[in-house]
Amino acid sequence: MAVFVATDVESAVQRLDDRPDSVVLAGGTDLMVEVNDGRLRPSPDADVVAVNRVAELRSWRHDSAAATVTIGAAVTYSEMLDEPLATLAPALAEAARTVGSPQIRNAGTLGGNLGTCSPAGDGLPVLAALDASVEIASVAGRRSVAVLDLMKGPKRTTLEPGDLIVSFTLPVVDGWQGYAKVGVRNAMVIAIASTCLVLDRQRQRVGLALGSVGPTVLRVPAAETKFAAALDWRTMTAERDAVQAFGDGAAQTAAPIDDHRSSAEYRRHAIGVLTRRLAARGLDTAGRAA
Amino acid sequence: MTVLDAPSAIRPGTLGDSVLRPDGTAKVQGSFEFCSDLNAEGCVWGATLRSPHPYARIRSIDVSAAWRVPGVLAVITADDVPGQANYGLIVPDQPVFAADVVRYVGEPIAAVAGDDPEVCRRALAAIEVDYDVLEPLIDAEAALDPNTPAIHPDGNVISSQPVIHGDRDATGDVVVEATYEVGMQDQAFLGLEAALAIPDPGGRGLEVYVATQWMHEDRRQMADCLGLDPESVRLVLGGVGGAFGAREDISLQIHTSLLALRLGRPVRMAYDRAESFLGHVHRHPATMWMRHHATADGQLVKVESRMVFDGGAYASTSEAVLLNAVTQAPGPYRCPNAVIEGHAVRTNHLPCGAMRGFGVVQVCFAHESQMDKLADACGVDPWELRLQNAMHTGDTTITGQVVHNVAPVEECLRATAALPLPDEPVGGHPRADGSADVMKTPGGAGRTTDASDVVRGIGWGVSMKNLMYSAGFDDYSTARCRLADGVVTLKFATVEVGQGFVTLAGQIARSVLGVDDVVLGRIDTQVGSAGSTSASRQTWMSGGAVAAACRAVRDRLFLHVAEQHDVDPGQLEIDGTDVRDEASGWRIPVVDASAGVDIDETVEYRHPATEPLDENGQGDCHVGFVFVAHRAVVDVDPELGLVKVVQIATAQDVGRALNPLSITGQIEGGVAQGLGLAVMEEIIQTDGIIRNGNFTDYLLPTFLDMPDVVATLIEQPDPLAPLGAKGVGEPPTISSTPAIVAAIRDALRQVDGVGRPLDRVPVRPADICLPARASASSTTG
Repeated sequence: MAVFVATDVESAVQRLDDRPDSVVLAGGTDLMVEVNDGRLRPSPDADVVAVNRVAELRSWRHDSAAATVTIGAAVTYSEMLDEPLATLAPALAEAARTVGSPQIRNAGTLGGNLGTCSPAGDGLPVLAALDASVEIASVAGRRSVAVLDLMKGPKRTTLEPGDLIVSFTLPVVDGWQGYAKVGVRNAMVIAIASTCLVLDRQRQRVGLALGSVGPTVLRVPAAETKFAAALDWRTMTAERDAVQAFGDGAAQTAAPIDDHRSSAEYRRHAIGVLTRRLAARGLDTAGRAA
Repeated sequence: MTVLDAPSAIRPGTLGDSVLRPDGTAKVQGSFEFCSDLNAEGCVWGATLRSPHPYARIRSIDVSAAWRVPGVLAVITADDVPGQANYGLIVPDQPVFAADVVRYVGEPIAAVAGDDPEVCRRALAAIEVDYDVLEPLIDAEAALDPNTPAIHPDGNVISSQPVIHGDRDATGDVVVEATYEVGMQDQAFLGLEAALAIPDPGGRGLEVYVATQWMHEDRRQMADCLGLDPESVRLVLGGVGGAFGAREDISLQIHTSLLALRLGRPVRMAYDRAESFLGHVHRHPATMWMRHHATADGQLVKVESRMVFDGGAYASTSEAVLLNAVTQAPGPYRCPNAVIEGHAVRTNHLPCGAMRGFGVVQVCFAHESQMDKLADACGVDPWELRLQNAMHTGDTTITGQVVHNVAPVEECLRATAALPLPDEPVGGHPRADGSADVMKTPGGAGRTTDASDVVRGIGWGVSMKNLMYSAGFDDYSTARCRLADGVVTLKFATVEVGQGFVTLAGQIARSVLGVDDVVLGRIDTQVGSAGSTSASRQTWMSGGAVAAACRAVRDRLFLHVAEQHDVDPGQLEIDGTDVRDEASGWRIPVVDASAGVDIDETVEYRHPATEPLDENGQGDCHVGFVFVAHRAVVDVDPELGLVKVVQIATAQDVGRALNPLSITGQIEGGVAQGLGLAVMEEIIQTDGIIRNGNFTDYLLPTFLDMPDVVATLIEQPDPLAPLGAKGVGEPPTISSTPAIVAAIRDALRQVDGVGRPLDRVPVRPADICLPARASASSTTG
């Protein structure tokens, strides 16, 4: 086993191509847990490709003409909390704040979040609700894929051996966005249910994504459409019944399981409550701002 | 935290001063040497093979492939234990290595030594064990059924203990009853288990550095299993990072020693967090039915209870844990009649034993929940009801024992009530920019909850806890004091686990002998036993021993001074740093008086004897008791079931505050542990298999979960205690848990006027916000 410290995307993907069993190391907050728990062992055939020194992965940029922000895969959660990125992607900042401890946030990255693809990954509902795209590099070149299409199941993606996550592109939304997550501790906890809501005034579009209540992050298309139709986008108000129905729709879409962290029944309940609360917050905030 | 009592002027470094820990800076800076940091020339690593099954017969163990792993130096199994095959604190029922049967997930089967941890890991993976997997016994109630097949030659019932007191047929006007449950809590110390064993040349003895709680008891059990004389096994304390009871039992001591003796070279072993969850005992899960009888105005008439403690696979200290529980089932209240029945049973769960509060934590959750239920049924305020029933010095417990200790339950209640309620509104004060501070609401960083979603509740918890070892145990501590040229050297085997005896010992010597310079000898078995650092006992016991040794030295110093200066030794006293003649006022500094002398005294301190309980659970079984009151203020999000504990106010009976800062540390830490049991900490096992043996899923409170702690110390020196001081380690943990749960119940009652039973800890979000399960609770009268 060797550790290859890449300094650009090309050398990283070349190494991944040469040694297809290699693992990518960014912050190591998931990978080292796997190693320490014995689920992932150093093997003669597998190298570690460290991508922390790849400048393209470590930076982000704002394209104001396109109204998008592109975030490198190795940008850390701490960096997502810093301005001006936090203002451009506020729900992502809120999600980043819920990740682990300061030490974990200083190391963990958004690319790692998607690479691991836990249903409880805190950044993933935000990427899903914003319809973010992800750029992937391999020796064959680069391609852009919707984040939602990449997430396949618990800790499963459609990434192929040799693929490297380079960056995420998400819209800078005119409207409101927010994230909320339930855990049985007030910080540093795995989500037992999480939601991200985006109210895009310009496109009159509602995006709602649910975490920890399905094999992967879920969107709620029927309830989103119904709520978008029920919303008065000019005043940013909605009838109480519409908010209730939105929450009910989200809860019904959730497909949670019972495990040692929570019952399915509670997870479903929490999704309904969080959805209603986020909607109320979004309408309140956006309405006041108008 | 604020300790509101201002300390009076005292000589720095002596009793009553908030002396800083000698190891504090090193621990904060990360330079403290924990046991896991120790190494020795030529040292190799050891590791343990553990059972993946809760209950299975071992058909065969094939270690041949492990021997073929490059770098492997030793592979040992039960066949390689030269002495006693089993060990145990009370009864030797636990195998060093399982030979024929495994009884819990994590039971050791073999150990290996190798050049590095990776070699050891591969060797363990190469050992082939052929199991005949059996149906595990996981229901503690079923374990009591005589028709249930025994999972151990000693049977499934570890201990049964009734307590029958007064008129067993007495009844009250008001009767409340319910069944309460407490989940399995882990001690979760941060410094993981570690040992370094260095064999003597010739292999007839060894020196073992270990992070433990009771050096001489470890030595006894180790010597038995190693087939050595106790004197040949020399223990040295390695740096300990917390204990909370989990280091009272043997974990890796014998395994490490066996490997070192086998190889004739030093061996170190260190658990990781996952192995630590399997490698030490935990707090007993318990199911407790209680029925309280009272007069119409709330005076306790009788307490009935039946409790079953799940001891897991081996006995450990279950018998003593149960004794504490049944004898203190009513809590710190006058209770003329009692009918209590308790059982500790064996199951194929993780073994359970000592943890801070030791049996009292479980019954306290039950009796305090009952007191609230009783207050409700009688229409009396919960605080008033507790005050009305509070035990006082001279009252009799349900074992017929007269409480000769200071018993300031009423003072604790009144002083706690006098502490200010939090000035923070629900949701906390807004931040500088006017936005809400989400960290102050339930759900915290998760932004689940707005202030408008929150209801605030207040709850009470009061507890009593026995101090030291009980029921006739010969409990003593040894200390040696040497005074030479104005410098005191203390030597003891009192284990420092973080509680602060290394600070206190110096304070005692400075106060008794009037010196400034105190040197502590290495903590090892080259002096007599100090007993265990547990049961809130070392301030009393080793404090008593150090004080007695210092006084013995002081008396000899007085004789020396009297001879040298022609004064009456009976008239001499220590005044500050001087020896002073009370009659004439003549004085001489201790430094000068002790110049050229070398006085050395070793003393054993024993507390007053106790006696075992009789067949009805009657007898003077405890040495003494300590008391505390807690008031919790908790913000609750009833719809999501999330909580934020806002404040814990507490007045604690300490006898005499020997180091207020150190007590503050115990109170804050104990509250954190009580909070953990109240709302998050539980080891979850499914069919005997642990599901959350890691810190991702076994949740401990973080700083953001910690409330403001406001404390006042009730100082009424206890005439029975050698320094007037009681142990302070356990009380903060015990009644903080029921106080927090009571506050949650209070908040929920404000929402719908009915509330939730919350008869199980830890309280889970679903217990708060989803429809209640069918409850055994009822009220009549």
